[in-house]
Amino acid sequence: MSDNNNLPVIKCESVFKIFGNNAKRLLENSNGNVDAKTFQEAGCIVGVNNASFDVKKGEMLVVMGLSGSGKSTLLRCISRLTDATAGKIFIDGDDLLSMNSKELIELRRNKMGMVFQNFALLPHKTVLENIAFPLQIKGTNTNESITKAMEMVELVGLKGRENYFPRELSGGQQQRVGIARSLAVEPDIWFLDEPFSALDPLIRKEMQDEFLRLQGVLKKTIMFVTHDFDEALRLADRIAIMKDGIIEQLDTPDNIVLNPATEYVKKFTEDVPREKVLKIESIMDPIDSNASSNIEVSKDAIIETLAESILNSKEILKVVDANKNNEIVGSLDPAKVIKVLFGK
Amino acid sequence: MLNNFKKSKPQQFSFLILIFLFLYFVVPEDENSLLWRLPPLLKDIPAFINYLLDNLMFNWLTIPVYDPDWGMYEDQAIVRLITRSISDFLLFLIIFIREFFLGGMQTISSLTGDSLKGLKLAYLPAIPWTAVIMGLFILGYKLQGLSLALIASLGFFYVSVFGQWEPTMETLSLVLVTAPICFFLGLFFGILGYLSKKVETTLQPILNVAQTMPHFSYLVPIIVFFGVGDHAGAVATIIFATPPMIRLTILGLRKISPEIVESGLMSGCNRFQLLFRVLIPTARRDILIGVNQVIMQCLAMTTIAAFIGAKGLGFNLKVALNGLKIGKAAEIGICVVIIAVVLDKLSLAWANKQKDYFANLSFFQRNKAFVYFLFLTLILGIIAYFSAFYFEEGINFLYLIPFGKGLTIAPLLDAGVDWIWETFFYYLNIFNKFLITYVLFVMRDAYLGMPVISTFFLIMGAGYIIGGIRSCIIVGGLILFIALSEYWDRALITAYMATFAVGISAINGIVVGSLCARNEISTKIILSICDFFQTFPSFIYLIPVILLFGITDTSVMIAAIAYASVPATRYTVEGLRSVPSSLHDAGSMSGVSNLQRWISIEFPLALPHIMLGLNQTVIFALMMIVLGALIGTEDLGQIIMGSLSRPGGAGIGFTLGIFVSFICLAVDNLIRTWTDERKKLLGIN
Repeated sequence: MSDNNNLPVIKCESVFKIFGNNAKRLLENSNGNVDAKTFQEAGCIVGVNNASFDVKKGEMLVVMGLSGSGKSTLLRCISRLTDATAGKIFIDGDDLLSMNSKELIELRRNKMGMVFQNFALLPHKTVLENIAFPLQIKGTNTNESITKAMEMVELVGLKGRENYFPRELSGGQQQRVGIARSLAVEPDIWFLDEPFSALDPLIRKEMQDEFLRLQGVLKKTIMFVTHDFDEALRLADRIAIMKDGIIEQLDTPDNIVLNPATEYVKKFTEDVPREKVLKIESIMDPIDSNASSNIEVSKDAIIETLAESILNSKEILKVVDANKNNEIVGSLDPAKVIKVLFGK
Repeated sequence: MLNNFKKSKPQQFSFLILIFLFLYFVVPEDENSLLWRLPPLLKDIPAFINYLLDNLMFNWLTIPVYDPDWGMYEDQAIVRLITRSISDFLLFLIIFIREFFLGGMQTISSLTGDSLKGLKLAYLPAIPWTAVIMGLFILGYKLQGLSLALIASLGFFYVSVFGQWEPTMETLSLVLVTAPICFFLGLFFGILGYLSKKVETTLQPILNVAQTMPHFSYLVPIIVFFGVGDHAGAVATIIFATPPMIRLTILGLRKISPEIVESGLMSGCNRFQLLFRVLIPTARRDILIGVNQVIMQCLAMTTIAAFIGAKGLGFNLKVALNGLKIGKAAEIGICVVIIAVVLDKLSLAWANKQKDYFANLSFFQRNKAFVYFLFLTLILGIIAYFSAFYFEEGINFLYLIPFGKGLTIAPLLDAGVDWIWETFFYYLNIFNKFLITYVLFVMRDAYLGMPVISTFFLIMGAGYIIGGIRSCIIVGGLILFIALSEYWDRALITAYMATFAVGISAINGIVVGSLCARNEISTKIILSICDFFQTFPSFIYLIPVILLFGITDTSVMIAAIAYASVPATRYTVEGLRSVPSSLHDAGSMSGVSNLQRWISIEFPLALPHIMLGLNQTVIFALMMIVLGALIGTEDLGQIIMGSLSRPGGAGIGFTLGIFVSFICLAVDNLIRTWTDERKKLLGIN
């Protein structure tokens, strides 16, 4: 059992996706060193350039990049909506690229769900019918699929609207339907392709909260694509930042903000309000016996939420781990918090 | 200087026209000179086609077939057997539907053999016309509401009361048989074209030719394959009306956003599920618009199919026109227009109707309309049965009003025509004579006096300037095909008539369109007028012009102009209205006057779309001009018409049809290349 947990649910090894007629031959000649410019001259466009990473069970990997960075292409390679040009992709240890169409259909019917940027609801079906669609396709009988779809309607908070048509719903509601549909078959792996990008900022925030609530309950393995760095910081366990098909950096939000690996990543992190992103853990010092204050702070708390009480204390605080019976794991100097808040 | 010339298209065009004029006046008229006319190297093509058809129908691929009458085996060509069985099948369907509306005994006796022939038992009673009208009312109400219900039922009420019920139902039976066949064929090939690029690239040129060939030229080869009669008309209709369905199916499926396809795939659809549960339902509206097109094309073709023996309104119209019974022709024309409008509105309402969701309805609730219809039919049937005792002379007016026994306004119309002739004859005649002597004949002589070298220089030069060497060769090739035939002079006459009609239509369309696009209300009005005029078959346009101008070139010209002005106007209005409002605002803030706005903002931006309209205008004008042969012109159309009744006419008719199609395609290539280029330049999609 524990073995199973350690096995990555999604595993990519040197995945390439290159568009163009003689992409395969060019790639073989290049020995894995793909330069976008030379490929472009040969009439090929590099979508994904040598991507390797794992996603563990229950983990949420957010792929962030601007338009044309290849983030959606990467997602489509892993859901095999497009075939990768080279490399290996494993889903639960099974080789995705060697599956025939029948195995692929089985995989999608049982293990995968996907949410789309523009909702992609079927215009001729009602909310309930849309959500039941994957079940019907699978061959579940009508009663069972309707019961299941009703559960999903309630889960995403659309009860009372199950007989509406997509055209009668707002964007946010439509995306709730999209989310419910992707969850109807109870997949292990959840793909979300810019699910909130087509929504208004206020609705987007609301949907992000909703999404975090759902993930808290469901604990799916998630690949989430977005062009919004703030959204990535808010949601991710780990973030992969892509540019021109290359993954520039793949790390936890804290590490990306504190230690951007490249100039490109740095541009994103410069304007990020750190106190809103960083956890106490990322700025704490080792255990200090001089810690005199009685105040204890959790290592997983976001700095901003505790900033006021920390700054009021002026003494060195104790940092505890809430998951381990409030065992003391470090200390925190308020001066450091001031530096995070106001320093460069 | 030279660099400047390379860039400036106006300069290039002026240069082209200068050379054209130079060649025009310098090359002498000499039958033996290659510069004047090319030799008819391809004149054997019609004979070759005839040879091909003959052998296909009688000599090649034969199998022995037992003939019970002679009691022996006989060799028969497979193709002929196939076309025969298709004919029989279509004929059976047509007669079955016809007898459903009109009553008769062929359907039942064809199923039971000769034994029942002549027995009263085998007589299939007609559905009373009152019930049909009730049915239309219910259908209209269900699809859209009371207004459509009234239009549909009152329209057919008129048709019945004026004694046109029988021919109308004959025409309708043809439409009802051919339209579903076209639908399924179109859907099938459309899906194939969507799924495979190869199929689409093969289909595309075939569709292009099929949609630009004049109606008549289909008819001749069909006579060879299928003989004469309703079934032949049905085949012609199917061939004519399927291409738009194929096109719209491909278009509708291509329009589906890739995300929808992906969502289907991620739901675990296999190919069939993806096609039938995701793609086709999503493209429903476009596909149903295709159905609307199919129905309208079927109606148009069934009227023209009268020339190969299809019964119905077209046949009566042809007879009336041949006998110059204008009043009668107009009466039939009104019926055709009514049917066209009703069918168009009903099918459009169906396309635009969104599916409503009804949870757990009983059988009765689901099929309420149909149950009402059956119930009313029963009641009206009983009424019709008893009313038979009431009416004298054996005519039961509540059951079926026989042809010519209804009301008529023909004498009234005739009187009106006479009055117009008496009052305006002098002026009309002067106008007619002036137009023919000083405009049309002058133009015709100018076209006929054009040396072939200068024609080619002009056409290919324009192709080169607009689309480079590729367009130049395509356009030149298409026209060369005609130049190498015996019919170059006839083609020039067709071209002159087309040029005249297109020129006037374009001016008409652009002026009217620009004026009407000024505000919302007039835009709506003009577009619905365009809709209305586009609904009815081209045939109908000939009736009023004959009425006014008799049988002359002028009549054909005016019909062509009226018919071809419709797309010119529509595209102008659409083009002008699609100019984004932010540009209007920008113009207003720069202080433009209305005229300046039109000249410097609206027109340049709308021009690509207007040019596409011009493309349609050319096709429409050519179609009408060829059709005009019906009332006597001397262009290609006349020979196509003539070939209908000539032995071995199939080859000539078909070849000439291809010629007309090639003229359309050449124009199409030039205009489309230009608009594509221009749209790219302006950044319009």
